[in-house]
Amino acid sequence: MKINFILFFFIIVSVASHAQNRTLNVCAQDCEFSSIQTAVDQAKPGDSIFIKKGIYKEHDIFIDQKSIHLYGEKGSIVDIDHKGYGFKVEASDFSITNLSIKNVEVSYTSDYAAIYLFKCFDFKLKNITLEKAFFGFLIEKSKDGVVEQNDISGTGQSEASSGNAIHLWNSKEMTIRDNEVYDMRDGIYIEFGGDNVFENNYSHDNMRYGLHFMFSDDNRYSYNTFQNNSAGVAVMFSKRIEMNHNVFKKNWGTASYGLLLKEINDGKIYNNTFENNTIGITADGSTRMVYRENDFINNGYAVKFVGGSYQNDFSRNNFLYNNFDLSYSGGLNNNSFDTNYWSDYTGYDLDKDGYGDVPYRPVKLFSYLVNQTPESIILLRSLFIDIINFSEKVTPVFTPENLVDYQPLMHEVQW
Amino acid sequence: MLKILKYSFFDLVRSRWSYVYFLFYLLLSSVLLFLNNDLSKAIITLLNVVIILVPLIGTIFGVMYYYDSQEFTELLMAQPITRKSIFLGQFLGVATSLSLSVLLGLGIPFVLYGLFQSNVIFDFLILIVVAVFLSFIFSALAFNIALSNTNKIKGFGYAILVWLLLAVIYDGAFLMALMYFQEYPLDQFSLLATLFNPIDLSRILILLKLDISALLGYTGAIFSAFFGTVWGSFVSVGVLVLWVVFPLWRMLHTVNKKDF
Repeated sequence: MKINFILFFFIIVSVASHAQNRTLNVCAQDCEFSSIQTAVDQAKPGDSIFIKKGIYKEHDIFIDQKSIHLYGEKGSIVDIDHKGYGFKVEASDFSITNLSIKNVEVSYTSDYAAIYLFKCFDFKLKNITLEKAFFGFLIEKSKDGVVEQNDISGTGQSEASSGNAIHLWNSKEMTIRDNEVYDMRDGIYIEFGGDNVFENNYSHDNMRYGLHFMFSDDNRYSYNTFQNNSAGVAVMFSKRIEMNHNVFKKNWGTASYGLLLKEINDGKIYNNTFENNTIGITADGSTRMVYRENDFINNGYAVKFVGGSYQNDFSRNNFLYNNFDLSYSGGLNNNSFDTNYWSDYTGYDLDKDGYGDVPYRPVKLFSYLVNQTPESIILLRSLFIDIINFSEKVTPVFTPENLVDYQPLMHEVQW
Repeated sequence: MLKILKYSFFDLVRSRWSYVYFLFYLLLSSVLLFLNNDLSKAIITLLNVVIILVPLIGTIFGVMYYYDSQEFTELLMAQPITRKSIFLGQFLGVATSLSLSVLLGLGIPFVLYGLFQSNVIFDFLILIVVAVFLSFIFSALAFNIALSNTNKIKGFGYAILVWLLLAVIYDGAFLMALMYFQEYPLDQFSLLATLFNPIDLSRILILLKLDISALLGYTGAIFSAFFGTVWGSFVSVGVLVLWVVFPLWRMLHTVNKKDF
């Protein structure tokens, strides 16, 4: 009986406190507030602030330890007018939705962002459009946030004068999904972060990377599309990254690649599509990686091993019409390339078990030569090169002896 | 000279070989275009064919034509016509008819396909220019070979050898040099080495215009820095012109001295 009473009491209190939650309206004229900052200052925890249609020339709007919910409507625009940050937030359990923010100040010394979060927990940034952003969302030391359905674009002038669309620093367990980021430096950047999930984002036309990991373990990114960036995704100095169902395409240029793996271990790469990249994957010092059921289509190089990579396992991947399927330097180092489908494979399958009877050597003599002497690339598409490639295929002399797919598949893998 | 040019030209245009040659290109480029749907890719494949086949056909055809019309040439020489105009006329007849076959064979399907609306028209123009240059260069070389060898078998042998040398062996030697001197900076050298071989030069000129040039890395960057400039294009066209002029000059020189 007593317990019931206490429970009843708590319900009453919580309902009562909810009843006190107000919605503060902000608009240019004829409202309680004409400035977002004053509305924020007046708001109590749990309150909502409705920003009506209009242009608000405000900057450095500071939300200090208040759990409030800001939302706008179509046409609610915050114009920072190149004066520092848009919002600065240090709070938990808050949200900002349906807003448009533009003209973040460009600086070479400070990381001005449209929305800057510091030590924030349980928050949501949704449906926000950023134009001419220097940094878009700069999120530091935060946890359990959701960033979704935002559209972030910069001016894309040069790497030095632009920032990252979504920048996570020392943040954990965040969900970044359904965002479109373009014309920035990095689309999404994450440093010292763990257990984050990146899903369904579309990162394109960025000057540097579509997605960039530094020192961040145990993250996952899936179903994203990286198109026409200087490089699709760079994963550096990180462990146990899971990459699946992403599309890397048209990252084309003299120094471009779909996916760069630099000093990363124990990752999983599966069901991704690499299409029309100069280099599909560059693996530099990456160890114990599993590559399964990926499509490599029409790339210059499908996979390029630069060095120091051990125990990587490629199986059931499709290598289709790449100029070079594999470029490799150094010893075999326990890397295995068995049971893949190679469109260049010309062997036969007499016992009809689905595996070719003749082993396939993915490293062509020419790609070996180019590794030795980069200048020899100038003989690309020369008749002589076709001839020596063919003779090397018949009797291998130079190409790494053990680098062989002993069970090349006869049919494309359907996944 | 013009009369002889006209005569050889129409003689060749009427001949079966020109038709076969023309039809081959027509078929090749139409099949490539209509199966592939990608102009840029089609150009790459055509490039492969053009830089191998045009020189080969040019040399063989040139030698063949010379030996075939030897008696007629001797008859002409009995007439009051200068040797220069006889041989120049014959050479131009062969070279233009070959170029025309390539030009029409490649051009018609591309035009039908809608080349003028596409943005690769410039790449295609380079392909055509290169093909025409190669026809001229290799028929000039062929005339030289045929003039220096009365023995037909020997003449054909040398013709094939010259083609093999420029199309294959040169690249082999080039590659060996690159491998052997890999400790040294080689970009200037490779630039120079490509300039000396018309086939390599043509290949590079086209490759640099296509997407695939991104694969060429920093060597490619050096090449496009050179060929992209006015000076570079001037030099490359100049070299191709030299490749036509020099064999022609030698041909006329031998013709004037030769005892037929």
